[in-house]
Amino acid sequence: MMTDLYQSQRAMRQMRRQALQRGVVAILDVGSSKIACLVLRFDGTGRLSEDNSIGSLAGQSGFRVVGAATTRSRGVQFGEINAMQETERAIRTALQAAQKMAEVRVDHVIACFSGANPRSYGLDAQVDLEGQVVTEAEVARVLAACDVPNYGEGREVLHAQPVNFALDNRSGLADPRGQLGQNLAVDMHMLTVDASTVQNLAHCIKRCDLELAGIASSAYAAGISALVEDEQELGAACIDMGGGSTSVSIFMKKHMIYADSVRMGGDHITGDISMGLGVPMANAERIKTFCGGVHATGADDRDMIDVGGETGDWEHDRRTVSRAELIGIMRPRVEEILEEVRARLDAAGFDHLPSQQIVLTGGSSQIMGLDGLASRILGHQVRLGRPLRVHGLPQSVTGPAFASAVGMSLFAAHPQDEWWDFEVPVDKYPARSIRRAMRWFKDNW
Amino acid sequence: MRSLIGRLRKTPAPAAKADPAPSRLTYRMQRWMLTPGIRLGLRIGVPFCLTLAATSAFLANEKRRDALNLFVADIRASIQERPEFMVNMMAIDGAGSNLGEDIREVVPLDFPVSSFDLDVEQIRLTIVELDPVKSASVRIRPGGILQVDVVERIPAVIWRNRDGLEMLDASGVRVDALDRRQDRPDLPVIAGRGAGQAVPEALQLLATAKPMTGRVRGLVRVGERRWDLVLDRGQRIQLPPEEAVQALERVLAVNEVQDLLERDVVTVDMRLTARPTIRMSENAMQEWWRIRQVNGSGQ
Repeated sequence: MMTDLYQSQRAMRQMRRQALQRGVVAILDVGSSKIACLVLRFDGTGRLSEDNSIGSLAGQSGFRVVGAATTRSRGVQFGEINAMQETERAIRTALQAAQKMAEVRVDHVIACFSGANPRSYGLDAQVDLEGQVVTEAEVARVLAACDVPNYGEGREVLHAQPVNFALDNRSGLADPRGQLGQNLAVDMHMLTVDASTVQNLAHCIKRCDLELAGIASSAYAAGISALVEDEQELGAACIDMGGGSTSVSIFMKKHMIYADSVRMGGDHITGDISMGLGVPMANAERIKTFCGGVHATGADDRDMIDVGGETGDWEHDRRTVSRAELIGIMRPRVEEILEEVRARLDAAGFDHLPSQQIVLTGGSSQIMGLDGLASRILGHQVRLGRPLRVHGLPQSVTGPAFASAVGMSLFAAHPQDEWWDFEVPVDKYPARSIRRAMRWFKDNW
Repeated sequence: MRSLIGRLRKTPAPAAKADPAPSRLTYRMQRWMLTPGIRLGLRIGVPFCLTLAATSAFLANEKRRDALNLFVADIRASIQERPEFMVNMMAIDGAGSNLGEDIREVVPLDFPVSSFDLDVEQIRLTIVELDPVKSASVRIRPGGILQVDVVERIPAVIWRNRDGLEMLDASGVRVDALDRRQDRPDLPVIAGRGAGQAVPEALQLLATAKPMTGRVRGLVRVGERRWDLVLDRGQRIQLPPEEAVQALERVLAVNEVQDLLERDVVTVDMRLTARPTIRMSENAMQEWWRIRQVNGSGQ
């Protein structure tokens, strides 16, 4: 089973290498309320240097955004595709607009999605070194030695990143290669999702005549772009409050160590308003974005909002509600979402981390007064996060709703080493394969 | 749940907004149009092919082709025959009247002629081929004048040979024929086969012989290798093939001291530098013998 994974992920990695060579790649963020598409152009300057350190401009000088487009998402619920043709049409819309803006044809796409019940696993392994020095082959061997838990039928590994290396008694090594020791241990974070969701997305993208060059969890992508460097280093949680789901990711030492998602988001708030006030969803969305909030004050009782409607009943369509009533509808749902997030963070042991910064991002984090409510429920260190600025990003896509799209751009430019980037050790090959023989030759001469 | 099969698609749904999504065909078409090769083809290839097709269709008919050629020729002629480009006369500077006539003869142009039809370099080469012309420059001057500047060859000697008298310039190139010696009494005469090839040396010798200019009749080339300086009274100074000037200077020096050439000497033979020889005339010989006898008997 592991070899299957290796092969499909490596095929995607190969595709991404091709895309980078061609210099143009599209980023697709398939969300429940919107689909965002960015077209990146890699001009080859400012790549990672030899020692893998980040260069100037936080290593973002290598690419620029040449096209950006957003469209209303259709056929996506909870971050999962449920009407494939609708989704395909929405992806086509976004992609066409982005291509038009970029004036370039894009053939490779890197996609991210938020749903599909992500589940985190911590793996570890320990091997005795064959020689004195840790080589790349030794790293591959220790990675291969991790025993994969039984994550169930119909699930697929989305990320498997080595998070920490330990050599003898020294832990916290970022890169053990070249160091001397006896005993190499690794901690790995593995994220699995429902395979069917990934397959649906891949199928949609294939039907748009595009090649899938990579796939990522939007919790991870949002964390990359919304957390600043020291937060990623010291430990922080990024909460990406999207339309259909709220994803949680915890970062530590610049690696994601946990990800989860709550299947509730902004759409549910809109639904509550629509139900509570008896108005169409479009009106409810408008009221939520323009007048919504979570903290009622005395003035809100006198602030009357026209709810509107298209039923034809004049009395019904001319109703007004006070802002306090609206807040009374929204607040329990927001609290519910945050409570749920709190439960996930607790389950992950977030309160044991040295730094407990929490960053709220995503479209729903723009609700007025959310940071106050969140700090009451989640902890004191809460801030609202916006995505990092990257080259050529239009003003319209710099909002927090685009955190995962921007994070995907950074991910595309500087992908993290994953399990499948390392060579498979010889003994994992089938006993009589040609490749095993070739590897033996390569290793011994 | 929405209807999965669009059975009623024909009847327009009243409230449904227009679908912003492009159709598959539009989408593919747009992607196709964004492909660099296709874009290049559309921007350059298609106009090129259209132009090529239109041109070849037009030129396929011979009548149209002829008409086009005629049209082009007409336009060409109308431009070339504008008065600004016409050349009306030829002006020749630096040539005597004879040479001027010769030049007009070898460059037969019936003016006015368009300057586009004049091959100035060819005209120049034709003029330079004339004997009396040392060099020439030909250009078209503003005002429609073909300006020919000629540098003539200056005759330096007269060469008398079997064909008659010829004038040569200082480098030995023929300038012109001459009818009579008296026409140019100022020029010295040389004679003998191959004299024309050694004109510079002859001029040196004549310059050396300047002290007795009145007596010099001319130079004779002997055997195409050496010179004889011929004086009046039938005297002849035979000079060696090499260092003839020095030999002549020696003769002149002797002449100055001893009045050698005033005496009754027929030939001064300097052909062997180490042994100059004098041949006296018959009478002088008799006289010398007579004096020797007198002296000898006196002894």
